[in-house]
Amino acid sequence: MSEGFPQAARAALADTQLRRNLAGATATIRARRAAAVAECDDWQELRDAAEAIKTRTMARLPELLEMLETRVTEAGGTVHWARDAAEANAAVAAVAAAHGADEVIKVKSIATDEIGLNEALAARGVRAFETDLAELINQLGDDWSSHILVPAIHRNRSEIRRLFARTIAKGRPLTDAPEELAEAARVYLRERFLSVPMAVSGANFAIAETGAVCVVESEGNGRMCTTLPRVLVTVMGIEKLLPRWRDLEVFLQILPRSATGEPMSPYTSLWTGVHPGDGPEEFHLVILDNGRTDVLADELGRQALHCIRCSACLNVCPVYTRVGGHAYGSVYPGPIGAILTPQLKGLHAAPTLPFASTLCGACLEVCPVKIDIPSVLVHLRGRVVRETRGRVTREGVMMAAVAKAFGSRRRYERAQRLARLGHGPLADQVMGRWTAMRDLPEPPAQTFRSWWRERQG
Amino acid sequence: MITCLADTLFPRAGQATVTVLEHLGCDVVFPAEQTCCGQMHGNTGYRDDGLGLARRACRVFADAERVVCPSASCVGWLRETAPMLAAAAGDDALVAELRGLAPRMRELTELIIDDLGVEDVGASFPHTVTYHPTCHSLRGLHLGERPVRLLRAVRGLQLVPLPSAEECCGFGGTFALKNADVSMAMLADKVRCVGDSGAEVATAVDGSCLMQIGGALSRQRTGVRTMHLAEILAARE
Ligand code: SF4
Repeated sequence: MSEGFPQAARAALADTQLRRNLAGATATIRARRAAAVAECDDWQELRDAAEAIKTRTMARLPELLEMLETRVTEAGGTVHWARDAAEANAAVAAVAAAHGADEVIKVKSIATDEIGLNEALAARGVRAFETDLAELINQLGDDWSSHILVPAIHRNRSEIRRLFARTIAKGRPLTDAPEELAEAARVYLRERFLSVPMAVSGANFAIAETGAVCVVESEGNGRMCTTLPRVLVTVMGIEKLLPRWRDLEVFLQILPRSATGEPMSPYTSLWTGVHPGDGPEEFHLVILDNGRTDVLADELGRQALHCIRCSACLNVCPVYTRVGGHAYGSVYPGPIGAILTPQLKGLHAAPTLPFASTLCGACLEVCPVKIDIPSVLVHLRGRVVRETRGRVTREGVMMAAVAKAFGSRRRYERAQRLARLGHGPLADQVMGRWTAMRDLPEPPAQTFRSWWRERQG
Repeated sequence: MITCLADTLFPRAGQATVTVLEHLGCDVVFPAEQTCCGQMHGNTGYRDDGLGLARRACRVFADAERVVCPSASCVGWLRETAPMLAAAAGDDALVAELRGLAPRMRELTELIIDDLGVEDVGASFPHTVTYHPTCHSLRGLHLGERPVRLLRAVRGLQLVPLPSAEECCGFGGTFALKNADVSMAMLADKVRCVGDSGAEVATAVDGSCLMQIGGALSRQRTGVRTMHLAEILAARE
């Protein structure tokens, strides 16, 4: 990140169009989710079950991943193991090269954003076309995703109309009507679906015991990609695994309700290897680590890997709903991004993210797999302070002085006296930055303890 | 336990806590050795300093039958966050000390409703009041309706709903300083909602959030003030 979260957030807060687009869109999804969740009497049991399945899976991950590899291979697929972004990108590029493909179509996938697949393919002369409407909007606008599920949430319809008029619908009359905008995208995308020989997807889930891969989406464009081209490559993080087929029963209930507020997603695609005469002739599964094994080593932090990318935590976060996703400087924004990015990319790469929260707990309340995001944030703040900072920082000196003052009654009472005069470690921490925008009450005539002392006589 | 913030800047909240508890027949003691529970340090990443202060708090209150605090976030820190961090730091002795404290530790409304079984504390406060459920009281301690039940029993008090009540006020401890701009954006909305409620007093169970909300109400000369819930429960107007 070139600049920290506070600076990026400050700029985002000043973008009034962004504020309006975000506030409107997140309020709508929030209400839909709340209604969809309220329909389920067993919602808390479902969350408990989902959490338990994820915890059990992580404990047996290596063994289950090998089982997945065996099943996928048996079903006619090919498995590639990728330690990092470069290996994953090389694996996808090699498949493209083997088929002489210079174009690929893509299903919305954050994992491929994480590894910078489109750029890596472009560098090898392969052009990637995003087919998810919002991803397409971002790609055409040379923009990037600001939300896990609604990547163009920062854009409104008239911005999209202007963008399409400049790009895929040049010279055609176009209004802000959603049907017209969707039609313009459809015409453009249909040509790709029918002509491009290779597709790349992510995965919402993969089932160890059967080798099935699952993608959940709303538009049907994902299903076009996973069924029409001759070759399909799926890139999945190691944490997407579920042990058993019937585990889907839990996750296919909690994901759509948390994500879009629907009882079921319009398109749930599942496939296992290849089947002659039905769908792609070749299937490749790239299993991606890219820092995840390191995350597993952190006992408190590893629950971040349970995330199913429903984005419910973004939509309720009082920080995200005001600043949007770009301020996080990461493909994973919002509360989950604040705990995942610093762990995946290293604390040095995103030291301000764990502090980008008031610890209000709204994220934990909605998370369908019960990730305790506030606790992980506090834990990571500690790691940032201990592991990334030099021995002496201004803040460190100040915090040490305050801790010392709090360490004994005598020093504390002295600091209190100074603070009341506007000096000393207690006052220094607060005054300037606080009073720039808010009042601070006049120091009271008496502290509580001096009142108590007098009262006791 | 009176928070360092109440002790230094908002003594009336502490005094009111004493008044309410004594009125309800409690034998109140204020061990002068107490300073700060360590929440600010712990939540800002200074784990060892925060845990050191938490340990100090355990010792200062080792002999108390109940430890009552008029701050949900300080209670949440000592009962939940500090034990979690101590366990992660491998400090089993501290985990044990904190486990000894937790069952005795109460946020003020927990003590009044759960332990004393009282809803009407005999207060009268003839004003229009709105209640802001702070994040730590709502989603941390799950205080639920407790504070509102106490307010409803106050004579003369007209309780008006706060729009978008459950949204954070933007304080977040050092967040208010480190991310001052986002904090203000959140606070602006909260203050607007307080204004829309039509209340003349906004109340809550956390002094820190009240400092945040009150700071903006005052800066904007809204004519609305903040009071800690304890102050209302101690009122005899
Ligand atoms: S952290 Fe939880 S709420 Fe947030 S996106 Fe992941 S699963 Fe959804």
